[in-house]
Amino acid sequence: MELTLWTYEGPPHVGAMRIASSMKDIHYVLHAPQGDTYADLLFTMIERRGQRPPVTYTTFQARDLGGDTAELVKKNIKEAVERFRPKTLLVGESCTAELIQDQPGALAKGMGFDMPIVNLELPAYSKKENWGASETFYQLTRTLLKDKVSSSDKINPLRWKELGRRPKVNILGPSLLGFRCRDDVIEIQRILSEQGIDTNVVAPLGASPDDIERLIDAEINICLYKEIAETSCEWLSRNFGMEYTDTVPIGIKNTIEFVNEVHKKLDLPLTNHKELENKSKLPWYSKSVDSNYLTGKRVFIFGDGTHAIAAAKIAKEELGFEVVGLGTYSREMARHVRATAKALNVEALITNNYLEVEDAMRKAAPELVLGTQMERHSAKRLGIPCSVISTPMHVQDVPARYSPQMGWEGANVIFDDWVHPLMMGLEEHLIDMFKHDFEFVDGHQSHLGHTATNTKDFLKSDEKKENNIKEGIIWTESGRAELTKVPFFVRGKVKTNTEKYAILKGIPEISDETLYDAKAYFS
Amino acid sequence: MSKVEFNKETGPREVFCGLTSIVWLHRRMPDAFFLVVGSRTCAHLIQSAAGVMIFAEPRFGTAILEEKDLAGLADAHSELDRVVNDLIARRPEIKTLFLVGSCPSEVIKLDLATVAEKLNKRFLGQVRFVNYSGSGIETTFTQGEDGALKALIPLMDSSNEEKLLLVGTLANNVEDRFKKIFKNLGISNIESFPPRQSTELPKIGKNTKVLLTQPYLSDTVRDLKHRGCEIISAPFPLGIEGSTKWFLAAAEAFKISELKVHEIISPLINRAKLALESHKEILKGKRLFLLPESQLEVSLARFLHNECEMDLIEVGTPYLNKDLMKEEINLLPDNTKIVEGQHVEKQLDRVRESNPDLVVCGMGLANPLEAEGISTKWSIEMVFSPIHGIDQAADLAGLFSKPLKRNQILTSKTLVTH
Repeated sequence: MELTLWTYEGPPHVGAMRIASSMKDIHYVLHAPQGDTYADLLFTMIERRGQRPPVTYTTFQARDLGGDTAELVKKNIKEAVERFRPKTLLVGESCTAELIQDQPGALAKGMGFDMPIVNLELPAYSKKENWGASETFYQLTRTLLKDKVSSSDKINPLRWKELGRRPKVNILGPSLLGFRCRDDVIEIQRILSEQGIDTNVVAPLGASPDDIERLIDAEINICLYKEIAETSCEWLSRNFGMEYTDTVPIGIKNTIEFVNEVHKKLDLPLTNHKELENKSKLPWYSKSVDSNYLTGKRVFIFGDGTHAIAAAKIAKEELGFEVVGLGTYSREMARHVRATAKALNVEALITNNYLEVEDAMRKAAPELVLGTQMERHSAKRLGIPCSVISTPMHVQDVPARYSPQMGWEGANVIFDDWVHPLMMGLEEHLIDMFKHDFEFVDGHQSHLGHTATNTKDFLKSDEKKENNIKEGIIWTESGRAELTKVPFFVRGKVKTNTEKYAILKGIPEISDETLYDAKAYFS
Repeated sequence: MSKVEFNKETGPREVFCGLTSIVWLHRRMPDAFFLVVGSRTCAHLIQSAAGVMIFAEPRFGTAILEEKDLAGLADAHSELDRVVNDLIARRPEIKTLFLVGSCPSEVIKLDLATVAEKLNKRFLGQVRFVNYSGSGIETTFTQGEDGALKALIPLMDSSNEEKLLLVGTLANNVEDRFKKIFKNLGISNIESFPPRQSTELPKIGKNTKVLLTQPYLSDTVRDLKHRGCEIISAPFPLGIEGSTKWFLAAAEAFKISELKVHEIISPLINRAKLALESHKEILKGKRLFLLPESQLEVSLARFLHNECEMDLIEVGTPYLNKDLMKEEINLLPDNTKIVEGQHVEKQLDRVRESNPDLVVCGMGLANPLEAEGISTKWSIEMVFSPIHGIDQAADLAGLFSKPLKRNQILTSKTLVTH
């Protein structure tokens, strides 16, 4: 048993939902009680999706347990198939259903449907979300392609030359609730297309089961996010001889290496290094003199494996920071993260406990934190600037603007996102230095405005103002007491409105009732 | 009783489970900790519903069951023991620890009552342990509060002192307002359940007159009756009408004249009506569809029809206790269609067919309906906002008028910029 106050990853069936929701023409029947429907809001609220996830929850209740829950499963499968007519059906269970062992996947297969059915067995008591997503994508790929294994010859990555067309690749791994996947896909496709390479299929994001069956039309696979796609890439490599890329194109150096890796695999002429480097502003911005102050900045990094490792490389080699901490919550990526940490001479932190991360952060005393939304909150408490580099997703991580992490534009985005909080830090320092100058007495609020001392100061000055008497109007005790119950961020407005109302009505003393009278008057 | 049409529906649902009520219960009782004994799904559910990240350390957490805990129950019990010990060492300020059962803990029949009993002996005088189930196989959303309150009743001492007991979590400022108004009416001994401190439980007995503030407390009501409490029958204090009848019912139980009540609350009613006007202008004649979630749906429907003049297409509710809701149902217009339970797909078909102006629904459904061009209001806001009482009637109406008003703003052309 593990005490968890907050967790970086959801259960594995949420990973399966990420795959199902990313794709078209798929439906997922999930044997689960009603509470599990909360997961829908991850997609509809955080990603602001305009469609419900394609998931039917069997919604079994305690009273069903004595009876026939298997019948309930079959009824839901039948209804879901009739209503949604998916091209492929995913069937699985969440944590509670795993305990009652109805084997919904086997039940579905016995119902005589024509469509392929993927039986998802995702152990909820030992695995987590990213594993569930990876396993689902793998099982789906395997189910849809396994019949083609024996009949296919191994795919020769150079066959495009004989076929007289441009080389084709698949981009594997991007999914909903993945960090900036939507924009990374656009950026990578743009880079590949500039190099004369066509995209065959992007999956799971936007793909249909038909697209999965077409994966073998490409020469090689681009494994964009190892957390989601490495298992599938490995299987495609083993069974179809499809090679896949190892370099994750985040940062300039890795993007250049990625382009070179793809070129080598496809036997395309290498592009000039300098020409590639000029495609992003990061190298020059980092070299320009006003970036000198970035040198040796202490940075603490925590996130999923892919983004944490990439961040470490960019921090050290492209921005000249000193990495003072590196860690991940992805156990599956622990080995890779440890290797990178070793090369940086720090100890890797592998944990799912955010309090441990906060503790390590405090001890490392960094000047910048690169982490998840949780590290942003921890850093805020410690008064350290932070930039978010990884899932778990927050509505802020789905910006309206184009904002990739990968490729040339990704490097631009990263430069801005990491350096601006530091500049704010510098500004902070200046405010602190000059705060006794008369020009700085009022109005220069810290951007870290929510640290404890600032809040206290705000309340204090608020209190002072409250005791003031404005145009002969007195706040009575009940009035003042009521006012303190109003949330601080609207208190000023409520106070002004109430006074305005009192003046208007000629009320000399403001009581709690006046406050409500005014509220009703102005509503 | 008005001629209301009752229907029942079963099928796939889109409703939170009872664990969700921890989100407001822990705020109500800052000296309590809620420890869910469940799976990673439970932990993920609560953090997704609660915006946990803003807390340095929240006062709720999950003891996540792992494979080895499922192998033997004896081990699970000792593991839970260990987790509780660690937790109490880390959070010595905790006075009451709720052990909250979940779907998996119920299915493997983890006996939290026995665990709580043992822990009570060990931590006697330091921390109290109570247990209840918030599992989704037994409870929806607000029923979690019902379970938590019911679990506290055995800890309440007996007293035959006459008092008014307000039952159901209220926002603190609303509670203060209610207490002030009751004092003005001449009822001086008023307490709330749940209290603001988990250790300051009210004493109850045959002269305790219970006035419910929330409609989802069936089990709590039953146990309070067993302890001799008198349950005052009234609609719920949502809107002017509901609140007025609620005050009147309480006054009657304390033999206070109707005249006195009107004298005290008329000024409140007058200003509330004034405040309600602008919202009513937007809501009037608009057609409303309520999907089931909080069990507040029947009261909301009554308010939005009777005071805001909305037309009711369908009133969904996860569970309907006809006895507790009797007064509310009486106030509904004839032919109101109430649907208890849910088949989410069929219900959404009816939503689309009926072309409503506003749908009240959960967060999983809101954006998809908006994308189809249907305005929505998320129901979870009803349990987080101060909506009770006469003074809040306009705020309550505002929750529904806002999405419609916003649509008006976004679809109108009022500003010429060239």
